[in-house]
Amino acid sequence: MTDDNFDQEVLGSSQPVLVDFFADWCGPCKMQAPIIEQLAEEIDDKAKIGKLDVDANPAIAQKYEVMSIPTLIIFKDGQVVERLTGLQSKDVLWEKFNSLI
Amino acid sequence: MPEKNIYDLIIIGGGPAGLAAAIYAGRRQLKTLVLAKNIGGQMGISDQIENYPGFDFVTGFELAQKMFQQAQKWGAQFEFREVEKIISQENTFVITAGSGQEFSARAVILAFGLTPRNLEVPGEKELQGRGVTYCATCDGPLFKGKTVAVVGGGNSALESVEYLSKLASKVYLIHFKNKFTAVPALVDRVKTIDNVEFICCARVEKINGRNKLESVDLENIDDGPAKKKLALDGLFVEIGYRAKTDWLKDFVELNQSGEIISSRDGKTSRPGVFVAGDCSDSQYKQVVIAASQGAVAALQVYNYLVQKQGKKILPDWGKTRST
Repeated sequence: MTDDNFDQEVLGSSQPVLVDFFADWCGPCKMQAPIIEQLAEEIDDKAKIGKLDVDANPAIAQKYEVMSIPTLIIFKDGQVVERLTGLQSKDVLWEKFNSLI
Repeated sequence: MPEKNIYDLIIIGGGPAGLAAAIYAGRRQLKTLVLAKNIGGQMGISDQIENYPGFDFVTGFELAQKMFQQAQKWGAQFEFREVEKIISQENTFVITAGSGQEFSARAVILAFGLTPRNLEVPGEKELQGRGVTYCATCDGPLFKGKTVAVVGGGNSALESVEYLSKLASKVYLIHFKNKFTAVPALVDRVKTIDNVEFICCARVEKINGRNKLESVDLENIDDGPAKKKLALDGLFVEIGYRAKTDWLKDFVELNQSGEIISSRDGKTSRPGVFVAGDCSDSQYKQVVIAASQGAVAALQVYNYLVQKQGKKILPDWGKTRST
């Protein structure tokens, strides 16, 4: 996801969307990645999961006041419904999704 | 009712101790599950590791990835879950994850390391990730040109100040006493940096801000500065780590710091439960030591299972043979 396609991909999505705000220099972000992958596999097509590089896409990162990474934000119908900062386990993410899908 | 899936071994933790244990257990053909919040633990966020034998220089994340792949190659399974409860039930241990899901095993290795210590003051929880952070190398670049403070007096606090001084316009170091546990050379070096200011002796009493950090209230200690409000964009908490073992206090013996008491070869006070790495009471907290303790614990588990149920002894190179 990028500054350019964020509105369409995330805000305009009919499904809940999880966005992983990350950066290349962030260790915990790299640790978060395989967890997100496992989640994406399990969640299948019931929700959309994407990532956004905060360095390459500062406009969106600033809009959502991302001040710690990884920050994971779940959007539904264009609104922020969950915001998590720091490394998250799969359980926590599933718990948040369970009420949404 | 389908037979419950029982593992030979469940390893709790995905840092060097847990991953090394998984490699050794896998090579002994133990049916192994690793329950971990993440891969790498403290090692995973270390920028550079220069004392792991065989590597002149490696990032913690890279080393973690290698160990992770190696453990998977030998058959260990992984679930990214936080463990909340463990009980002993007949001949197995039943472990409950955050989701309520249960996992059972005949033996357990506790290898979940240490957790960053919180300040535990009002406002901290609400503003986590909104200016309050626990990892300078992760979040530092998000505070370019801003005013930040680091709390702490150890090596990680002083290293964070040094690192942040290159990014932020102003860095305060807030420490509750005049003496630092960081190495003197580092303290001296940080003292000479132009945009760094030391605030001794003071304690953060309260963290203020709506939606994002605005300021902290400082409480003076001894002859420290009078009570004041300090305007900040970022607050980096670097006050060390603790063993998060409250959930184990009736299960295995802990020392006064909450670390799990370990025999020389990784046994805890409870048969079938072993320990490795930084959550144990071992004196030195190092990647190579954690990894070696993981190996010891896995071999102990193997011996324990062999003795207990006469598990067939297999050579550890069995997996590479075509039979």
